[in-house]
Amino acid sequence: MSGHVAPVRRPLIEGSKTYHQITEDICRPTETAPSVSWIIAFIVSVICLGMFVFGVAWTVWVGIGSWNLNRTINWGWDITNFVWWVGIGHAGTLISAILLLFRQKWRTGVNRAAEAMTIFAVICAGQFPLIHMGRLWLAIFIFPYPNTRGPLWVNFNSPLLWDVFAISTYFTVSLLFWYAGLVPDLATVRDRAKGIRKKIYSAVSFGWNGSAKHWQRWESLSLILAGLATPLVLSVHTIVSFDFATSVIPGWHTTIFPPYFVAGAIFSGFAMVLTLMLIARKVLHLEQYITMEHIESMNKVILLTGSIVGVAYLTELFIAWYSGYIYEQFAFLNRVLGPYYWSYIGMMLCNVISPQIFWSKKLRTSLFWTFFMSIFINIGMWFERFVIIATTLARDYLPSSWSYYVPTWVEIIIFIGTLGLFFTLFLIFTRVAPVVAIAEVKSILKTSGDQYIGPNAHHGHHVPAGANDLSAGSTVDIDDDNTTK
Amino acid sequence: MADTQTTDAGRNILFGLYDDEEKLLDAVKAANADHLDIDEVYTPFPVHGLDPLLGLEESRLHQAGFVFGTIGCLFGFGFMTWVFTRDWPIIFGGKPYWSVPAFIPITFELTVLFASVGMVLVFYTICGLAPWAETRRLHDRITDDKFCIAFDATDLDNGAVDKLRDYFSKTGAESVHNKMVAA
Repeated sequence: MSGHVAPVRRPLIEGSKTYHQITEDICRPTETAPSVSWIIAFIVSVICLGMFVFGVAWTVWVGIGSWNLNRTINWGWDITNFVWWVGIGHAGTLISAILLLFRQKWRTGVNRAAEAMTIFAVICAGQFPLIHMGRLWLAIFIFPYPNTRGPLWVNFNSPLLWDVFAISTYFTVSLLFWYAGLVPDLATVRDRAKGIRKKIYSAVSFGWNGSAKHWQRWESLSLILAGLATPLVLSVHTIVSFDFATSVIPGWHTTIFPPYFVAGAIFSGFAMVLTLMLIARKVLHLEQYITMEHIESMNKVILLTGSIVGVAYLTELFIAWYSGYIYEQFAFLNRVLGPYYWSYIGMMLCNVISPQIFWSKKLRTSLFWTFFMSIFINIGMWFERFVIIATTLARDYLPSSWSYYVPTWVEIIIFIGTLGLFFTLFLIFTRVAPVVAIAEVKSILKTSGDQYIGPNAHHGHHVPAGANDLSAGSTVDIDDDNTTK
Repeated sequence: MADTQTTDAGRNILFGLYDDEEKLLDAVKAANADHLDIDEVYTPFPVHGLDPLLGLEESRLHQAGFVFGTIGCLFGFGFMTWVFTRDWPIIFGGKPYWSVPAFIPITFELTVLFASVGMVLVFYTICGLAPWAETRRLHDRITDDKFCIAFDATDLDNGAVDKLRDYFSKTGAESVHNKMVAA
């Protein structure tokens, strides 16, 4: 059965699952009462969400002056947080779209949760451009709609407007892609449910019945949406980087920004996926579907993108020096040695130096180090955006207008509040929808289940029956043994 | 075969459930060899190799995507051109009114947006999927772990039905059921 699988491939589904067991395992969290840890996490998240609502209400009521932005530093935590969240929102589509095109089977274990995370992260990101306008109720002005002011249109030449289109398109397409994948799995939940749950899941699963023609169209749709989402996901952070790169501020006006931002976005997105998945697999008992193989694959992507980001940082410094242009040179010297030197150190440490530990197979297959690094990278990528935005603005053209910026409590609780918004949405998602793509995991069972390939395969001769319940949660090295040449 | 809609009062569907996709594929091959007219096949996940056996033509969704994408592209570029050259020309930073490079990002985004939204809408429409859709659901385990071959037995005589039951047991169906469904 595993005739088409290279012998070096390791299993992606452990525990000799049958199709029915896969259904049972993945549907279970939606059918049982929430655990105590879930309830505590949910309460904490909702409290943080409350802080967000309060912070935004305060900003609207008192005015944008309740933030510490000033004439010199007119973008601070707001746009830092925006770019940070958009970056996090890149992993989901990358995993589901680009890895689908590359036929990477390991995507099936993590794509659903990663896409959900993408959507929630983009929701969080979208808050900041709206709030930072101050007059939230005029946010509709960003859309080109016929109006009584002429009609006076928006400026289609502005990268800020490109951003509006990029983010809204990205959100819409990600949502459609995610939901199209969810429909068959919601039908699975429906067919197991009773009473009012059955009614609800009947409506949300759109009457899916799994007919051959529907599956064929569904696969075709997934593939084309993946084809469209791939350039889209690259375009979104490219356009976010244009917000800076098309300006004439030294330190922002660099051609390296688009690829550098895209790599950084994938980097931070994967870190956040890992943070969430390491918790989710443990709490929801999905260790046999989100295996060490998945975690290691993601750590490899982190190592690659982290190194690309590192090269970009160094290239910036090199080009600033090589250009012979004193203002550019000053901008970068200021980043490294200026008043915000600590954030530059934080960025370098978290994003470039520490991910290098993943060259070691032992460390990239360690749950502890993976979790530790995922948090570290999230912090580092926040610092990166802060360095680019606040540090650059703090020392602008005229020394007389140089300034320093620390956020007010309002800005801080709005940021913490978006974390609350994000986790509230994610926690609800884990209760109402299958966190792993059931149908897609079933479709790779025969090529990636551990009863078919790997050391525990039934055609193997050294494993007694029943010994293949090795928990993926253990950090036992599972290499060499199954990479039979 | 797939989406034929009939207006009769109801159809009598005879279906067998298999527990493995390979048994299903063999059964479909056997049905083709016996010239049995399969009404529909239902599976818990996409089974590769099934479409050619059922004679399903390749989906033309990508054509819909292309059409919608083209509309989005032309609309986006055309709208920006109209606004900045006809409706309300403004000079930004000394650039020409019709500054094509600056229009490319939005044109691209609208191309993708129109193609995706249009294609998804076409998908749900042609599959007849909607929150209120009353689709034919034969068995609860089909979305779980059973693979189903269904025959329309409404107009069949007893001999033909026996032949189908015989076929099911011969091809290793786990169970055989009868269900009246709305046409």
